[in-house]
Amino acid sequence: MLSLSVNGESHSVDVPADMPLLWVLRDVIGLTGTKFGCGIAQCGACTVHLDGQPVRSCVLPVGSIGDKTITTIEAIGNTPSGQQIQQAWLDVDVVQCGYCQSGQIMSAAALLKRSPNPSDADIDAAMSGNICRCGTYVRIRAAIKQAATGKLDILQTIVTSPEGSAS
Amino acid sequence: MKRFLIFVVFVLILGSVAYFALNRTDSSDGTAPAIAGAPATADVLARGEYLAKAADCTACHTVPGSGKPFAGGVAFRLPFGTIYSSNITADAQTGIGSWSDDDFVRAVREGVRKDGKRLYPAFPYISYTQLSRSDVLAIKAYLFSLPKISQPDQPNALGFPFNQRWAMGFWNAAFFKSQRFVADASKSPQWNSGAYLAGALGHCAECHTPRNVGFGLEHGNELAGEVLQGWRAYNITSDTAHGIGAWSDGEIASYLSTGHADGRGSASGPMGEAVDNSLQYLMPEDTNALVTYLRSVPARAGKDPITIDAKAAPALASNDTAPGGDSADANSAGLKLFESACASCHQWNGQGQETPYASLLGTRGVNDTKGANVTQVILHGSRMRLGGHDVFMPAFGRAYSDTEVAALANYVIAHFGNKQGTVTPDAVAQSRKL
Amino acid sequence: MKLKTGKPQTAEQIDLNRRHAIQSGGLAIAFLWLGGSGIASAAINARRQPGDAAAALADGNPAFAPNAFIRIGTDGTVRLVMPMVEMGQAIYTGSSMLLAEELGVGMDQITVEHSPPSDDLYGMPLLGGQITGGSTSTRGTWQVLREAGAVARTLLVAAAAAQWHVDPSTCTVDRGMVHHTPSGRSVGFGAVASAAGQLPMPDKVQLTDPKDFKLIGKPLRRVDSADKVKGATQFGLDVRVPGMKIAVVKACPTFGGKLASVDDKAARVMPGVVDVLRIGDAVAVVGEHFWAAKQGLEALGITWDLGENANLTTQQLRDALAESALNGKSIVAREVGSRPADGKTVESVYQLPMLAHATMEPLNATVFVTSDKCEIWLGTQVPARVLDVAAKITGLSKDKIIVHNQYLGGGFGRRLETDSVEQALALAKQVSYPLKVVWTREEDIRHDRVRPMYHDRISAVLDANGRPAWYGYRTSGGTVLGRWAPMAMGKDGLDSDAVECVVEVPYEIPSLKVEWIRHDMPPGLIVGWWRGVGSTHNLFVVESFMDELAHHAGRDPLEYRRALLQKNPRSLALLNLAAEKIGWGGQPLPARVGRGIALGEPFGSRVCAIVETEVTPQGEIRLRRAVVTLDCGIAVNPSSIEAQIQGGLLFGLSAALYSEITIKDGAIEQSNFHDYRNLRINETPLVEVHRIENSEAPGGLGEVGTAIAAPALANAIFAATGVRLYKLPVDRSLLVQDANALKRVVSATASSQGRNDA
Repeated sequence: MLSLSVNGESHSVDVPADMPLLWVLRDVIGLTGTKFGCGIAQCGACTVHLDGQPVRSCVLPVGSIGDKTITTIEAIGNTPSGQQIQQAWLDVDVVQCGYCQSGQIMSAAALLKRSPNPSDADIDAAMSGNICRCGTYVRIRAAIKQAATGKLDILQTIVTSPEGSAS
Repeated sequence: MKRFLIFVVFVLILGSVAYFALNRTDSSDGTAPAIAGAPATADVLARGEYLAKAADCTACHTVPGSGKPFAGGVAFRLPFGTIYSSNITADAQTGIGSWSDDDFVRAVREGVRKDGKRLYPAFPYISYTQLSRSDVLAIKAYLFSLPKISQPDQPNALGFPFNQRWAMGFWNAAFFKSQRFVADASKSPQWNSGAYLAGALGHCAECHTPRNVGFGLEHGNELAGEVLQGWRAYNITSDTAHGIGAWSDGEIASYLSTGHADGRGSASGPMGEAVDNSLQYLMPEDTNALVTYLRSVPARAGKDPITIDAKAAPALASNDTAPGGDSADANSAGLKLFESACASCHQWNGQGQETPYASLLGTRGVNDTKGANVTQVILHGSRMRLGGHDVFMPAFGRAYSDTEVAALANYVIAHFGNKQGTVTPDAVAQSRKL
Repeated sequence: MKLKTGKPQTAEQIDLNRRHAIQSGGLAIAFLWLGGSGIASAAINARRQPGDAAAALADGNPAFAPNAFIRIGTDGTVRLVMPMVEMGQAIYTGSSMLLAEELGVGMDQITVEHSPPSDDLYGMPLLGGQITGGSTSTRGTWQVLREAGAVARTLLVAAAAAQWHVDPSTCTVDRGMVHHTPSGRSVGFGAVASAAGQLPMPDKVQLTDPKDFKLIGKPLRRVDSADKVKGATQFGLDVRVPGMKIAVVKACPTFGGKLASVDDKAARVMPGVVDVLRIGDAVAVVGEHFWAAKQGLEALGITWDLGENANLTTQQLRDALAESALNGKSIVAREVGSRPADGKTVESVYQLPMLAHATMEPLNATVFVTSDKCEIWLGTQVPARVLDVAAKITGLSKDKIIVHNQYLGGGFGRRLETDSVEQALALAKQVSYPLKVVWTREEDIRHDRVRPMYHDRISAVLDANGRPAWYGYRTSGGTVLGRWAPMAMGKDGLDSDAVECVVEVPYEIPSLKVEWIRHDMPPGLIVGWWRGVGSTHNLFVVESFMDELAHHAGRDPLEYRRALLQKNPRSLALLNLAAEKIGWGGQPLPARVGRGIALGEPFGSRVCAIVETEVTPQGEIRLRRAVVTLDCGIAVNPSSIEAQIQGGLLFGLSAALYSEITIKDGAIEQSNFHDYRNLRINETPLVEVHRIENSEAPGGLGEVGTAIAAPALANAIFAATGVRLYKLPVDRSLLVQDANALKRVVSATASSQGRNDA
């Protein structure tokens, strides 16, 4: 039995120590917001935070976590940077198929917490490990800047919010 | 003219005498020191299995993933052509099922096949010659207890004169001495076990000892490091700057048994295979014996010595999720590749994230300005199966250009070794061909 | 040569019994005769259909369900059922906007639902079934979904007016309420839902005048964004059914190979392993979770019967294709005029690779089969086809089978196939519990149904001014349509998709001959749709060749194209706008930096892209900037249009730069993102999208950006280096400035001019 702290809750799981955290989250605990994309830490879809740092859960043996706290996409909105990033994602309407976006948001939230006003180079360093096949990269960059500064310096559509638009 | 002919005859006679003198066979059976994993009291098959692992027979005689253990067919691309390993299962037609004990012992220790033809020294009889007859026969008994696999040997692809096996007699005369292991009474039993494990069984020297122009091992420079098939086998002498003299016993033992030592590096390439196939199975006593022996290897700087900067400034100025302190421009090709495909596991401070095997700081790979192993591991990746789980890095060679691999290697050397790497795209292209 | 005209859209009385002309193109063209002929003319309809009652009953029996798309309860909740599937293209948002605009509700008042499988209720007339693909969704439903909304609104108003005893024409609708201003009365949709449900279908409905649109044409947030940023959206892979086990599968690596035998002793005793299942060409290990199943799979000793393709290589396929291209029998797709006897002839051969889809969500399906029922959960572009194969494999009648469609983690044409669900059905019917069958990324790439490889010969005869008087095109490759929808092949055996965007080009060229040579791949190597098949490959060839012609004529590629577009004002306007936005002909560019133009009319839209790139002395590509101009007619949601064009362009650039599926020993060599590489954010240029607004009928969007990407890139590389690329992906070794560039140390500190990020 391993004890894991996930999103502020304690979970006891009976799994092998070398099982990657991703599958413990998805198939044992039932938190499916964290995605499986490649299994070799090349796409970033499985990114979660371990004590606030972004890690690829698909290659992270659950037995190596110890008492570090795990935060997933389901609870990142409870952190200030996570909340800011999610709102910017909505303002610029970043998502397309959305499958990679859990990981993108986890990487971006960690970036914003560390660098409240990230440069393009900072964004590259933090986000280049996350693949998006739909090609939302232009809007991802715009949204991170929007989250940081509250304004857009990239030519980019901002969704309007006429009365009656989706929340 | 007549005087000249006499001179020629004289030289021929002298040469023949020298040839046979130098190719004289040590007729003793030999005595092995105590090996903890293969005690004399143990069942012969158990001893044979352990000794076959310690001698890493499978590395050369099993094509990985083929499901055909010891059936041969592994290719060795050498400067003068390609050699394929042979089938050493007990299959009578295609393997060595018809070989007698004496045939097998002669092949292993003298490099001569059952049919009398000479083996190429890609087969490490230069090391195995030290083995005791009892150990060689235990290995034979083990091999003969396994399923027979019918798989004909693949012909070697060697040009003239290298395809002339008889010529190896001259090579042997120059570079091979048939000689059993003789315990050094002045050293501890543990040292003697280590010397046998390293010298006779593990054949460390085959990769780690520099070779001379004749491809023979350079005596007097043992274990000082060499490059083979594009991979650099590091200096494992007790030199504190360039060898492993500064490593603790525990670090050396950990590297041997798990392929990793914190702050020192992780095995990959041929050393990764040695850990995977062989070293991880050694009993702790035997690993410690190896450590004792390696500690005693005289310090030598070796060729192109590597000086490690374990506190590379750019890496120390970085944290686990962001770079800092690079002299590299944020737009440099190497940095962009690192942030794309590498930083997720290796991290900017080189500590390694999801697994300690991904740590880079303080390793010899990133401090080698020629970037031999950094280039190789980027191109070919790394995979070890240790205690039932995999340690791996993907192979990036197929999708990344020579220029990209060179830029990435030089960035890694700059960031984690604080040195100017010298990898060129052409050098990467050469590495690909190996 | 083609100039489509559209009439201005105004408020119109719609006779619901009339068919609508639709801007076709792409996959849709192939099906026009099919839909038009009435054979299997499955089609969505704004009015109540025979199957609607059962569908509504299954959907909770709402008080008001006037058609297949709208469900309104007595509490006023509005649920919209989406005829197409959502795979990122924002069609749930677009479809909802069309329905909500006419229905008279806000986007905050609706919820959206996946549709159940039904060709009758949700079949796309452009595609002959319930299929999402070919950039057809908005083109095919722009009219009918607004009508569906109007039908519902008409009935709700009629019910309210009857209650109030007033003339319906004196009532208005707004945000889910019917108002009668003269009497100051208002009523919510919920209160009149039951009454409206009893009314007969109207014969005619009034559509909103475009100038009064409240939603259409505005950049609205997607309806699925809020859940997607929270990780709350359920994709196929996220489905969890009580009692479910997870299977990880491995199929024979070679095309057409079979499973010979499996030694499963070691796997069966592993903790968490539940079972080992075999089918003809694959083996699966079932576990309590993915990890146990995957560990079990790796512990199997599998022997394959590699079959007849065991020694197949990419080069063999290339050689066979080249042979067909040279000597194969061609089908003439279009011929106009004849080849002039005189004039300079230019001829080139272009080759394109096989491509994988690599959707971010690997293929998966969850299936529960019992003796009298089958339930399937998956994300598919073809729900009704899934129903068909399930009936066939389980032997159950269709009414015993439930298909629960999910959000798709990318489609790109991969989920137009049913191979993975067929496999999951064959596995699941061997067990008594619900089974989720998951493909690893390696399985997903090695068993993709790849975009075909092509070998194309294009030639032109130039007049004295260097303008093409004639062009000839011989394209050769496997046919996707011929397998996927053989009934849609032309009468003479033509795959109309294979010649998309080349039978008609935007330019004024007096005569032409376009031929297609069918070249089937070896049995077992199945080719599939991709994000644009015909258009993507043909536009690369045609637009690269246009640049070659400009070069032969000694003309600027922009000027050369302009001269040929004098009779095509819509495309000329796009070209001019793109040139203006990127500053064509302005400040001189640095050495080894170039701009490339591509122009095309794919999928019923018109598009122009200009890509600016640097090529380093070693031949590496650094994208600097991209400008895309677009004329897609009426815009439903400008925000999602921009996103589709940006994303589509990057998808195309990624493929052109890096993507190729190769084969060795009869199996795909690539396996994951380390060797099937994808563009990343630090390589992504700023992509500006500028739209020309008009009131023409809507064009397609999902594949448009992809189709225009590769030629713009190749032309930019030519401008930067003088090297013409005749093959994709880009071979960087051809772009090396001189041999010394590769002998130099690639400095870790070397910087290049200008950041190339968005």
